[in-house]
Amino acid sequence: MAELFSPGDRVWADRADPPYHTRLPRYARGAIGTVVERQGCYPLPDRRARQLPAEPEPVYTVRFAAAELFGEGDHTVTIDLWQSYLRPAGRAEQR
Amino acid sequence: MSGEHPGVAAALAARVRRLESLLEQRGLVDPQELDRALEAFLARASPANGTRLVARAWADEGFRARLLADANAALPELGLSMGGGLQEQRLKVVQNTEDSHNVIVCTLCSCYPIALLGPSPTWYKSEAYRSRVVRDPRAVLREFGFVPGPEVRINVWDSSAESRYMVLPRRPDGTEGFKEQALAALVTRNGLIGVAPV
Repeated sequence: MAELFSPGDRVWADRADPPYHTRLPRYARGAIGTVVERQGCYPLPDRRARQLPAEPEPVYTVRFAAAELFGEGDHTVTIDLWQSYLRPAGRAEQR
Repeated sequence: MSGEHPGVAAALAARVRRLESLLEQRGLVDPQELDRALEAFLARASPANGTRLVARAWADEGFRARLLADANAALPELGLSMGGGLQEQRLKVVQNTEDSHNVIVCTLCSCYPIALLGPSPTWYKSEAYRSRVVRDPRAVLREFGFVPGPEVRINVWDSSAESRYMVLPRRPDGTEGFKEQALAALVTRNGLIGVAPV
């Protein structure tokens, strides 16, 4: 699967709450962060856990401001996210 | 469906035991071989590995640069690797500086660089640590007796995918001229997770 994002890109984490296993933490859903690094490709756990074919796909290191995640705090939280969890976030209004 | 699932860990442990005994009964796995592999992995997995890495990084700027750029490629220089499990895991070493401090967590389960730090402490796997450190890291650090200055930015790293993280603490002042062994003795497991300064 081709890499859609590069370091510096702003991305928006999916806000869906799927009825199956996922590695997109709940606290990050719907939040906008910045890609820090590409990690390589790994099978999507959401599909693997359901025993569906899971082609390796890009995983990114994505940094979020605490204020974006929790509405407060001056720290950052960096989360490792599969490409399927992310959408381009060119404009903040997309939320 | 992320987060805590009561009973899932016990159910999974029971499933693994059942699978193991079936594999043994059918002659697919030699129980002694399995024990030997586990013992060998755990015998090598110790926080002493992490403290040696930090000491070398403090003593050797070139090594520090290589460790930060590509930790998996740098580990063999000290005879270490992240290949203790079925496949080599990606390791990312994150460096503390004067104005930024790093803390490691796995909010979804308990991912941890076992090969370099040994088995994780109980608190690392607790729901309290996992849920609170992303939300209010300063409060959690304070409970560990560590109060970074207000000018220090805290970066929390949630090991939510396949990478594992280790913190490279700042070298304490007054340790110029220390040999690597003496430097390694200054480093604690908690420092490698980021809940202590060193």
